[in-house]
Amino acid sequence: MPSTLALTSLSRHFGETCAVDSVSLSIETGQFVGVIGRSGAGKSTLLRLINRLVDPSSGIISFEGRDITALKGKALREWRRDCAMIFQQFNLVERLDVLTNVLIGRIADHGFFSSMAMHFSDEERAMAIQALDRFGLVPQALQRAGTLSGGQQQRVAIAKALVQNPKIMLADEPIASLDPMNATLVMDGLKSINKDDGITVLVNLHTLDTARAYCDRIVAMRDGQIFFDGIAAQLTDDVVRDIYGIAGLESFNEAVTSTQKFAVSI
Amino acid sequence: MSAITNFSAPPQGIPEYETEFAAARSKSRRAWLIGSALFMVLFFFSTWLGDFFKITQVTMPDGSREWRWIIPAGIPRLGEYISKTIPVLRWDTFGADMAEWFWRWKTWMKLLLETVLIAFMATSLGVVGGFLLSFPAARNLTPNKTVYWITRRYLELARTVPELVWALIFVFCFSVGPMAGVLAIGLHATGALGKLYSEVNENIDMRPLDGVKAAGGTWFDRIRYGVVPQVLPNIISYTLLRFEINVRASSIIGYVGAGGLGQEFRTAMSFQEYTDLSALFVIIFVTVVIIDYGSEKLRHRVIGLGAKS
Repeated sequence: MPSTLALTSLSRHFGETCAVDSVSLSIETGQFVGVIGRSGAGKSTLLRLINRLVDPSSGIISFEGRDITALKGKALREWRRDCAMIFQQFNLVERLDVLTNVLIGRIADHGFFSSMAMHFSDEERAMAIQALDRFGLVPQALQRAGTLSGGQQQRVAIAKALVQNPKIMLADEPIASLDPMNATLVMDGLKSINKDDGITVLVNLHTLDTARAYCDRIVAMRDGQIFFDGIAAQLTDDVVRDIYGIAGLESFNEAVTSTQKFAVSI
Repeated sequence: MSAITNFSAPPQGIPEYETEFAAARSKSRRAWLIGSALFMVLFFFSTWLGDFFKITQVTMPDGSREWRWIIPAGIPRLGEYISKTIPVLRWDTFGADMAEWFWRWKTWMKLLLETVLIAFMATSLGVVGGFLLSFPAARNLTPNKTVYWITRRYLELARTVPELVWALIFVFCFSVGPMAGVLAIGLHATGALGKLYSEVNENIDMRPLDGVKAAGGTWFDRIRYGVVPQVLPNIISYTLLRFEINVRASSIIGYVGAGGLGQEFRTAMSFQEYTDLSALFVIIFVTVVIIDYGSEKLRHRVIGLGAKS
């Protein structure tokens, strides 16, 4: 398989601290990759770098052989459209209705005036409704996004990402603010996008069992660097202790940090 | 348990805490004392500068002139002025007396309409200008420091110059008439509203903007989708408040020839038509009360809508 997304010695400094420290990683089309690591390990910055919400201090991001790091203006906005992003806090516009929130996924292809007038074509509305239908949210389409539960809002965010027709989907702690039931629905949604639509998924997770249950490949970060890169079975207790720096802890119980209501087996 | 019940030996850290507490308290008392002393000095200096302690010559009722402190000497004159403006209203000729009091009502109603229209149009101009400039003038939204600096200074200039001064300038440019008033109040309102709106913009939740940016949105998309829906209730509320203020402003701006009821104030004062002044005051007072009441109702509905989301 060709390597589609490639990061080469990618770094990002915030003042003295080095959030991402010369990370090199290549991700092939159709993979479901989980990124784990403790808080402050640089997971979020890594995802924001790929989407270019944060500019790298040094290093190269390339996609299908094209250099992403140098993109500007319209080309950069089109890259952000191709590389959809989901956030921990959903980042929806709470005072707009659900349908418009999903249609925000289409604005990269709009001109100034149709965008300012919030004018979308019938085809685009149909796309948005189909995306909402996948997550059973059509009845809520005309409600304000702020009136929905957290789990519903996150699924709206995924629908919005879907209408972008992305090639990659990035998810930054998508289930960290959700209860176990909704976390399962959201993770299943991401899995279906990965399996049925063939979209590469790169997801930050802070719960190990979720990563084990859903991800083809797990990448662990520690102090801004890649510390582990492999499949779930290779993630032994010793490796986990090193990732989270909990050497002092006698026994490490994954169930304590779990947000899964049901044990998921694939 | 023994550590808690045994009071004879205070627990560690308490004496240190007591000295620190006493030091902090005496420091805050000292700051307070110095602050109030400074305030008193400034206050009395400015009252002295403002002639509050002036002794002046006053004409007594019998015609003689005497030296008196200005405040007790002046207060009776306030009553004198007000009593001059009060019209004679008798119960048996009430209708005729009212007609005499409001003898110029046709002109006044026309000018009142002009006053309200000046306020309306000036508010509209102020909303458009203030709204568009409030985004580059918000620290968290501005595209860059230069644009931020220029819009901020422009808004400051627009609002620090009072409406009456802008009116004088515009009367000079465009001659006497309501257009000068509209431009004067509109410009001042742009500065005032732009400042208020930009402060609303600075208090928004920034996360939706990230969501729009991550979908490939431009700066304008981020403002349109991420900011405007969040700030709209506040903007409507501030706009209605500004309309009330502008009605008051447009009722005096005619004093320098910029349209509205103000010109009648000037005429009445120079011809010493004291009862006309009270009639004009009643007209403006009633108008302002009605507009305040209406816009307050509207504002509360808008805020109520905001609270529901």
